[in-house]
Amino acid sequence: MSYQLPKFRHPDLPVNDLGYTKADYEGAISTLCAGCGHDSISGAIVRSCHELSIEPHKIAKLSGIGCSSKSPTYFLGQSHGFNSVHGRMPSVVTGAALANRDLLYLGVSGDGDTASIGMGQFAHAVRRNLNMVYIVMNNGCYGLTKGQDSATADEGSASKKGDPSLWGAIDLCATALQMGATFVARSFSGDKEQLVPLIKAAISHRGFALLDVVSPCVTFNNNPESTKSYEFVREHAEATGTVDFVPLRKEITTDYKPGTAQEVTMHDGSSLHLYKVDESLNPFDRRSALNTIEDHREAGSILTGLIYIDEDSRDLHDLMETSQRPLNELDESDLCPGNKMLQNINASLR
Amino acid sequence: MKRIEAVNDFVIKFANVNGTGSASANNLFAKAIFRMGIPVSPKNIFPSNIQGLPTWYEVRVNDRGYLGRRGGIDIALSVNPQSMAQDIQEVEPGGYFVYDNTKPLDLRLLRDDVEIIGIPLTRICNEEYKDPRQRQLFKNVIYVGALAALLDMDFKVLTSLVEDQFKGKEKLVLPNIHALELGHQWVRSNIDCPIGIRVEATDKVGDEILLDGNTALGLGAIYGGATVAAWYPITPSTSVVDAFEKYAKRMRIDPGTGRKNYAIVQAEDELAAIGMAIGAAWNGARAFTATSGPGVSLMSEFLGLAYFAEIPTVLFNVQRAGPSTGMPTRTQQSDVLSCAYASHGDTKQVLLFPSTPGECFDFAAQSFDLAERLQTPIIIMSDLDLGMNDNMSKPLSWDDERTYDRGKVVTAEQLDEGFDFGRYLDVDGDAICYRTYPGTHPNKGAFFTRGTSRDEYAVYTERGEAYEENMLRLLRKWETINEYVPAPEIISCGKDTHLGVIYFGTSEESSKEALDYLIEEGIHMNAMRVRAFPFNSEVKSFIEDHEQVFVIEQNRDAQLRTLLMAEFEFGPDKLKSVLCFDGTPISARNIRKQIKKHLNGDNVTPLHRRSVANAAGENQ
Repeated sequence: MSYQLPKFRHPDLPVNDLGYTKADYEGAISTLCAGCGHDSISGAIVRSCHELSIEPHKIAKLSGIGCSSKSPTYFLGQSHGFNSVHGRMPSVVTGAALANRDLLYLGVSGDGDTASIGMGQFAHAVRRNLNMVYIVMNNGCYGLTKGQDSATADEGSASKKGDPSLWGAIDLCATALQMGATFVARSFSGDKEQLVPLIKAAISHRGFALLDVVSPCVTFNNNPESTKSYEFVREHAEATGTVDFVPLRKEITTDYKPGTAQEVTMHDGSSLHLYKVDESLNPFDRRSALNTIEDHREAGSILTGLIYIDEDSRDLHDLMETSQRPLNELDESDLCPGNKMLQNINASLR
Repeated sequence: MKRIEAVNDFVIKFANVNGTGSASANNLFAKAIFRMGIPVSPKNIFPSNIQGLPTWYEVRVNDRGYLGRRGGIDIALSVNPQSMAQDIQEVEPGGYFVYDNTKPLDLRLLRDDVEIIGIPLTRICNEEYKDPRQRQLFKNVIYVGALAALLDMDFKVLTSLVEDQFKGKEKLVLPNIHALELGHQWVRSNIDCPIGIRVEATDKVGDEILLDGNTALGLGAIYGGATVAAWYPITPSTSVVDAFEKYAKRMRIDPGTGRKNYAIVQAEDELAAIGMAIGAAWNGARAFTATSGPGVSLMSEFLGLAYFAEIPTVLFNVQRAGPSTGMPTRTQQSDVLSCAYASHGDTKQVLLFPSTPGECFDFAAQSFDLAERLQTPIIIMSDLDLGMNDNMSKPLSWDDERTYDRGKVVTAEQLDEGFDFGRYLDVDGDAICYRTYPGTHPNKGAFFTRGTSRDEYAVYTERGEAYEENMLRLLRKWETINEYVPAPEIISCGKDTHLGVIYFGTSEESSKEALDYLIEEGIHMNAMRVRAFPFNSEVKSFIEDHEQVFVIEQNRDAQLRTLLMAEFEFGPDKLKSVLCFDGTPISARNIRKQIKKHLNGDNVTPLHRRSVANAAGENQ
């Protein structure tokens, strides 16, 4: 069942450039378990979209199947949503994005939905550089079927069921890099200060933006033997640096130390300030990104933050040279060649 | 030996090796017959292979306009030693066996009831050409030239065809004409021409065109306003999207910007292909995918979503012989049941059954209107025979006044005027609800599309009553759909009869011919061509009006008959099966034979009986 939030709000809630309050970006009340990491991510999405002043109806939110894929009900209630079939959200987004290039496509998936049943579609959406934000709410287990290990569970990590996983984990960031992703970041549902600017940057990126967000399952995978528990992630997360997202034409107010920061101008004119902590990572270099992920894996730590970005990314529509006008706005006069042309074709078939 | 004598009425079969360019040479022959004004139907019977295996090309020439397979071969032209033994066996008594006699024929293969004609094709090529590839390609053209002499064809028709075919590549015109002449002259100087079978120019094709069904589907999608095509390569459907792309490049480039008013994605698999079509249609574009049986199996999950979430989806299924990989390059109509009820749970899918390229074009264009009006998947059921062979057809036409029916879509203005939008709310009583495109309005009209149960306002619910109500509405929608899909075509024999036949798709031509044969024997039957599922009331009353109804179809399990029994609850005694599932198109002689067998077994006495020895023959 979906339960709607009460519409009553404090009259002094801050409004964004469009005059919307944060409440205008919220959805129905979550029915996920209390303390679920996914709800924090939903909150971060709400905050990011509000702060970026995106018109809620210009966003389409799509998901597959699983706990993570239920979450789009719990944010952006004024946006069209599509809860598709298990592992197949990328293809539905591909079609939707082809039909209308002007909307923002926000895909939400889980580790089962992406790294197992949907691995093929995930890989190919990355490869086509589909212009979308792809958030994986990664908890290392299948919550909705009561806690089986997923393909992102680390080898030796055990969920509440108790048996350590026999298999090595699929690292979605590394996989996406191999497939040619143009924006790759990892974060933690418990670190909103990192997550919100990363979501904003992902939204501004033109092309496929992967956000792999470790998001503990409080019910089935939050025990001391698990490497996807709140405690483990807090202790082992190592950020590449901190990130500040500066929207287009906004005055830069954040103070940062010169020399340690890098500035990235995003496609829409906004900019991203990176404060490097990890000296070994060059986030503009795919090889460096892959190496850094591997170094952290060997060291037993979880690399978070912006891992890779291609500033010159060209998305699916750029590469395919499709019409600038959304295809779903074209009508008979644009699309139908008419009877005279058909009679010429007939003549060629005699 | 009494040799077959015929003018403009024969079947010729070419036996060749695939990958040698033989299909285009054989096509040249068929098209020349067509240009001489004689109805023709070529059928390419090819292996699932690129080079080196036996391949055949059967051409029916018939000035009475019978375009289905007749059965039996009057002339075999064999240049493939691998298949010669089989090829010569298939020739009708009194027929002709034309072969490459550069190497002598195995004496054990000889038949004394067949006229054997040897032409040293390989020797002619070897003397004329040095390059091995040229030897291979021109051998095929040479035998077309030879046939022109044997059958007394108008040689000028062939040369003008070559000129048309190589327009823009003029370098190739003269060498091809030269090859035609080589064959023509050799036969004229060495063989008594013409043989007992010959062709004569006439005017029996009118304004008809020669076109394959897949090209017609692709072109129909262009005219129907499709902008998104997602697909995964699979025989025999691949050329649908090839054609869509070919015409889109010509007719869908924005003149101002040079950018494409279409998008084609070769997906990673069929699941993704239909997912993309669904995503695009959900977002207000006209989208389609094309596939064959194995692809339909993979798409079934998504077809259930599109049925339940009510998303317009167009799927072209060019059927081939299953199950599993089956015979991927042979034809069948064997996906009727898997498509009619595609996906788990209670589902019913709309099927359209075209039988000519003209109808492929019309149905393809219409399917987008139907999908958007009815908000459900529309599956066009073509097959390899229709899709990949050139078929004669009425010319294509388009009414320039026609507008697209985009169905029930609520606009921002309507929402502002207070339209009570519930995605699954049956406002008009026809069980079809209103939808909005994403991005329509800042704070009205958004909804959540899902494959899970929900209420009339698209809010998730697990209430059994709400689920049941929705499923019953979908059943009521099925009744509405009935009013929109193409009605069957009924052909009355003009006599009082208790016998009827039902056929669909590519069984049409052979069925009509078989019915003519039966009339000659005094058996009169009314006929109905089913063009869509759901079956409308005319289908039901046709069956009710006849004591005995034969259902002609190209599969093993009598799938259309099963569907008729399931939907109408007719008993098995009433519906008799006439089947062909060897992977070749069903032939008229085969249909006649099966119907007669049933009638004899059922002790039905024909109205009056003429001599049994009629022109139709009895060998198939």
